[in-house]
Amino acid sequence: MKKTYRIDVDCAACADKMEVAAKKTAGVKDCTVNFMTLKMTVEFEEDQDAKTVMKNVRAACKKVEDDCEIFI
Amino acid sequence: MNKKQKKMLSRILLSAILLTALYILGRMELLPAGGPVRFLAYMIPYGIIGYDILLKAFKGIRNRQVFDEAFLMAVATIGAIALALYSGSGDYTEAIAVMLFYQIGEWFQSYAVGKSRRNISELMDIRPDYANIEQDGALIKIDPDEVAIGSVIIIQPGERIPLDGVIIEGSSVLNTAALTGESLPRDVKVDDEIISGCINESGVLKVRTTKEFGDSTVSKILDLVENATSRKSKSEDFITKFARVYTPAVVYAALALAILPPFVNLLFLHNPAGWNTWVYRALTFLVASCPCALVVSIPLSFFAGIGGASKAGILVKGSNYLELLSKTKIVVFDKTGTLTQGVFEVSGVHHSVFSDEQLIEYAAMAESASSHPISRSLQRAYGRKIDRSRVSDIREISGKGVTAQVDGHRVAAGNDKLMTSLGIRYISCHSAGTIIHMAIDGNYAGHIVISDVVKPQSKEAITRLKAAGVRKTVMLTGDAQKAADHVAEELGVDQVYAQLLPADKVRRVEELLDQKSDRETLAFAGDGINDAPVLRRADIGIAMGAMGSDAAIEAADVVLMDDNPMQIAKAIRIARKSLRIVYQNIVFAIGVKLLCLILVAVGVANMWLAVFADVGVMVIAVFNAIRALFVKNL
Repeated sequence: MKKTYRIDVDCAACADKMEVAAKKTAGVKDCTVNFMTLKMTVEFEEDQDAKTVMKNVRAACKKVEDDCEIFI
Repeated sequence: MNKKQKKMLSRILLSAILLTALYILGRMELLPAGGPVRFLAYMIPYGIIGYDILLKAFKGIRNRQVFDEAFLMAVATIGAIALALYSGSGDYTEAIAVMLFYQIGEWFQSYAVGKSRRNISELMDIRPDYANIEQDGALIKIDPDEVAIGSVIIIQPGERIPLDGVIIEGSSVLNTAALTGESLPRDVKVDDEIISGCINESGVLKVRTTKEFGDSTVSKILDLVENATSRKSKSEDFITKFARVYTPAVVYAALALAILPPFVNLLFLHNPAGWNTWVYRALTFLVASCPCALVVSIPLSFFAGIGGASKAGILVKGSNYLELLSKTKIVVFDKTGTLTQGVFEVSGVHHSVFSDEQLIEYAAMAESASSHPISRSLQRAYGRKIDRSRVSDIREISGKGVTAQVDGHRVAAGNDKLMTSLGIRYISCHSAGTIIHMAIDGNYAGHIVISDVVKPQSKEAITRLKAAGVRKTVMLTGDAQKAADHVAEELGVDQVYAQLLPADKVRRVEELLDQKSDRETLAFAGDGINDAPVLRRADIGIAMGAMGSDAAIEAADVVLMDDNPMQIAKAIRIARKSLRIVYQNIVFAIGVKLLCLILVAVGVANMWLAVFADVGVMVIAVFNAIRALFVKNL
């Protein structure tokens, strides 16, 4: 399952950090962050609840880049 | 400017004013040269401009994310303040100015990126806002998302077509510029299919929708372009990896710069350690090292390139394809529908025992039941309405032709195999094209030559590809060798493979892929009809005239909205330009950075210069990236 979320972040390097952090989150199979369109596309592993996983993703992203937001 | 940017701008202005005021006070000797008063006074502008950076650096340390820009800036400025305190010079201006310039740079970056993001999105904005439906005799506007398949929508002059559909009433002229980049007006009338995204220029149209908004052409295109930059190119990957290694490396280098030379001084040269000098240099080194110019300008260049291309009617599905496209050295074409119009026309009648018109009339009658392109071209050449009552007993003989009774005569129309099977001697033809032999009542009656028409732009397209640096052009076709050679010679194509079945086309492309070197890429251009496997197999698949063809949009990497083959050369030029800008930015940004770092390490440059270098490089790189958007004259 793939879902796309709108994000807000200020710099390209930070967007990359978010991508790395999201990829490491449990339940996430793959993730790409597009800085230019400010979108995050997350591919979830099977039998995962997107909402719970995304909460963890947001927490992980906030940890590496305090000044970011994911609109779940 | 958004809220965040406005807030930042006022912080920048406020602290700049305060800093200038303090500087003037200092000059007029109204501020003590040292001591806590001076320190506290200077800490006000520092706090205003830098509190968020300090906070972020602190949070970074807590979250074990130390090597980011905020950390670099916090260490550099706090270090500079500490040096000023320690040495008693009371010169805090530098630390604050550094923070100020850093914030100005960040602000500008955010503004420029936001602005170009908006510009590019506006450029690609073909999203219709509403659809008109008739309800109780009045027109109401509703969200295109809510229109079900089969609904009747009304499109007034000047409005954008919101959904794909078929015209049931009215006629008009459509402007397809938003989709194709080419403002060739298209006449439409009842029963024509129309595509969302075009603009209705003249008449009111009533349209029965055939697709939901999510499946309509305009949604597909928007989706494709918006997701394009998610597929990252090698250059972007390189930058990402570079940045991941670079920042920690710079911090360690700065640490070494602060510690090693003083130790060498003390232990080996028996000089004073010079801690002040070296710590200052190390801090300057940190300031000069921010990699933001690089990190922001590379994706921006690709984004602008893809945006510019889509404006020209060329949809590139990812930055990686833009990169591959720029290296294109071999272009393989499918003939029918790509270099030729895929529309067959009668180009000659030979050895006819009747008048030419009479022979075509018999052929059109015999073929009247078929909708094959060849049959349709005969019917078109006949030009009048076919009276089906004159024709009876039509038999299609697969792979050979047809036989039928026309006006009481036994008519056979087909290829040489048909003639052979009927035992009729035929005269072979020397012309290129498809030959329809005719026999009436068992006697040979001549043949009709039907050939595909070469697109008027094809020759120019091949010339332009050569000019764009393409080494070899190849044409693949299922047609007869003679017809293929004829077209190839006319257009100046280097190599021709004829009489290919769809599977043979894949094999030929694989052979060509094996022969080329790794640094070259092979592009295949086809119309997407039964060449999807080849589109996938080639390094880059280019689908032409793909407006409305889902299969082609799906299989291809680059989609040309109209079927003009000149667009291929244009796509390659756009890709080259974008990549040139990317390389310029990489070399420029890394080069200036390295130069600065060296100058700082040997003590030639101070912190001011370091900040200017950082912000300046970023600004220039962003402006350079925006250039990729302008593709009109390529």
